[in-house]
Amino acid sequence: MIDFAPFILSFKLAGLTTLILFLLALPFAWWLSQTHAKSKPVLEAITALPIVLPPSVLGFYILVVLSPNAAVGGFFEDVFGVKLVFSFTGLVVASCFYSLPFMVQPLQSGFESLNKHMLEASYLAGKSTLQTIWYVALPNMKPALITALIITFAHTVGEFGVVLMVGGSIPDETKVASVAIYEMVEVMEYGKAHIYSAIMVAMSFVVLLLVYVFNHKQKKIGII
Amino acid sequence: MLHIHINKVLHGSQGEMSLEVNLDINEGEFVVLMGESGAGKTTLLRVLAGLEKSEGSIRVEGKSWKEMSPQKREIGFVFQDYALFENMSVKENLLFVRKDKALAEKLLTLTELTALSSRNVKSLSGGQKQRVSLCRAMMNRPKLLLMDEPLSALDANMRKRLQSEIAKLHSAFGTTTIMVSHDTEASYALADRIIVLSQGKVIQDGKKEDILQKKTTVTYALKE
Repeated sequence: MIDFAPFILSFKLAGLTTLILFLLALPFAWWLSQTHAKSKPVLEAITALPIVLPPSVLGFYILVVLSPNAAVGGFFEDVFGVKLVFSFTGLVVASCFYSLPFMVQPLQSGFESLNKHMLEASYLAGKSTLQTIWYVALPNMKPALITALIITFAHTVGEFGVVLMVGGSIPDETKVASVAIYEMVEVMEYGKAHIYSAIMVAMSFVVLLLVYVFNHKQKKIGII
Repeated sequence: MLHIHINKVLHGSQGEMSLEVNLDINEGEFVVLMGESGAGKTTLLRVLAGLEKSEGSIRVEGKSWKEMSPQKREIGFVFQDYALFENMSVKENLLFVRKDKALAEKLLTLTELTALSSRNVKSLSGGQKQRVSLCRAMMNRPKLLLMDEPLSALDANMRKRLQSEIAKLHSAFGTTTIMVSHDTEASYALADRIIVLSQGKVIQDGKKEDILQKKTTVTYALKE
């Protein structure tokens, strides 16, 4: 009998991470797309770090910062009673760092591709920046928006190194699908590992296929 | 009455240049702004719209516009590249500015666009797009209508048609208008007054009959 709990946990983690990152990355990506500040390349480089860093390095630093002995981890544990290491909450925080560039970069390039005059026309129509982003910018960059959401979700589902370091493998708490596969291989349960891995491959393929089909259709109807 | 007293340093292809403009424009006046490329015409419109900063002052009906955001200036702006909201239909483009269905219908009737009101703007021709852009600019009943070479991207027939619709709207609403144009025929037909800019300074300012008779100036303005 296959235990689907790790998959459910992976999707819960990916869903929450995508939602939180969308809300946080949207204003940040907008600002990056509009600013001429000297700090822009520095912030862009920091945002892109999780793409190039080994997950173990990222996981190590997140573990150090979120640990109850550190300032941030200690603050959350003392004030809110929330444990940020070896807990699901900690995994969500770590995933937000790990998947940050996959949300910010497509949104930023989507905003940058928009006709600047179209945004100005919205301001001149009396609309605020928030109204302009919501009613004008986002609907005119659907492929970038879909790419950001889907890739962030898929990337979080496929997360392994950071999750293992920050969350360990606590059933129903931090044992996500990728960690479960690792453990099955360790104890030589190859049959189960095959089934889990095949499910992961199939789901990842379907998700990516949907993104490419959507973007292809948008190109055809002239959105991009 | 519109008082313009602005000073702004521009960094153009021919090096640094100072845009220094002191003008009084009467309510309801139709002003055509002419001049060679890089003379500062578009920058002047953008400064008036609040899309670019400058030194000096802009006063409309006694109120200072200097620190006012573009949202609050009650300006209609027609961009050379239309800058329509491509995710919306013709009617939605107008109603996005203000939910005034009666005014939207009046404008669409005046510009003979009623039959296209449900069409997505992406499917329109250049001339139709510019007419929608003109209607959209009138939707907030602007105190000042600014048009940046609205005729330049159109063929001769479309130019004539848009020219007649601009005249219709001006006579129906009496909006104070500043239009950048290189088209002497359209300028003569529409303008009450013509201003010629060169290197950021006003070098000619007067009635159309006087300005367009001065061959040197017209040749200069039409060098494009």
